[in-house]
Amino acid sequence: MTYVAAVVLGVAAGGLSGMFGIGGGTLFVPTLIAVGLTQVHAEATSLLAIVPAVLVGVWRQQSYGNVRWRAAVTIGVASAAAVVGGAAVALALPSSDLERIFAVLLLLTAGQIARQARNSRERT
Amino acid sequence: MARLVLIGLAAGFLSALLGVGGGLVIVPLLLFVGFEIRSATATSLGAIAITAAAGATVYAVHGDVEPVYAALVGIPAAGGVVLGTTLQQRVPVRTISYLFAALLVGIATYMLVVA
Repeated sequence: MTYVAAVVLGVAAGGLSGMFGIGGGTLFVPTLIAVGLTQVHAEATSLLAIVPAVLVGVWRQQSYGNVRWRAAVTIGVASAAAVVGGAAVALALPSSDLERIFAVLLLLTAGQIARQARNSRERT
Repeated sequence: MARLVLIGLAAGFLSALLGVGGGLVIVPLLLFVGFEIRSATATSLGAIAITAAAGATVYAVHGDVEPVYAALVGIPAAGGVVLGTTLQQRVPVRTISYLFAALLVGIATYMLVVA
């Protein structure tokens, strides 16, 4: 893994972030591990890397009128209260177990999204 | 309001647990409570700005954050976001949903196979 590849993956993560409203961390973490960081350092660094990406994303989405600020701030402030717990568990448990649990959650979520998209065919 | 707080608590926990923004949790749950896909993704980004800053702060206190590496991927990503949001306005909503579902399956498969 070269640093050029890390930059390219950074751009890709940002593109996915803008498309899907995610922070890009799902690509940041494996990328950072590939350039030599440990799992915990990659996760911690990913969170910092997410901040500039989502700030640009919010600025762009605001110009399209898509951001519902009251909901965003409510979710954001509530999430800030929970990150201490998440970090504590991450430091205590084997990351491979956590990744498997999260992967199952992703599959269930993907099914939900696809089902909603199919059901909304007539309305969109 | 209560549902949004619950979404935030779940997203914050998973965000810090796995080093992701939490949008993978926020977007589907916002869709579930009735948001349209573009509003859900845009609002998710606003929430993640707060979530990720809080998570990075907690880990920084433990000395786990590498700022140079964060810039290495974070600054290119900021450019990628402009491309992604621009593209999002030009692709049909249902297509975005299917692409999102496909992305989740891809990540899950990667995690199950590689992890």
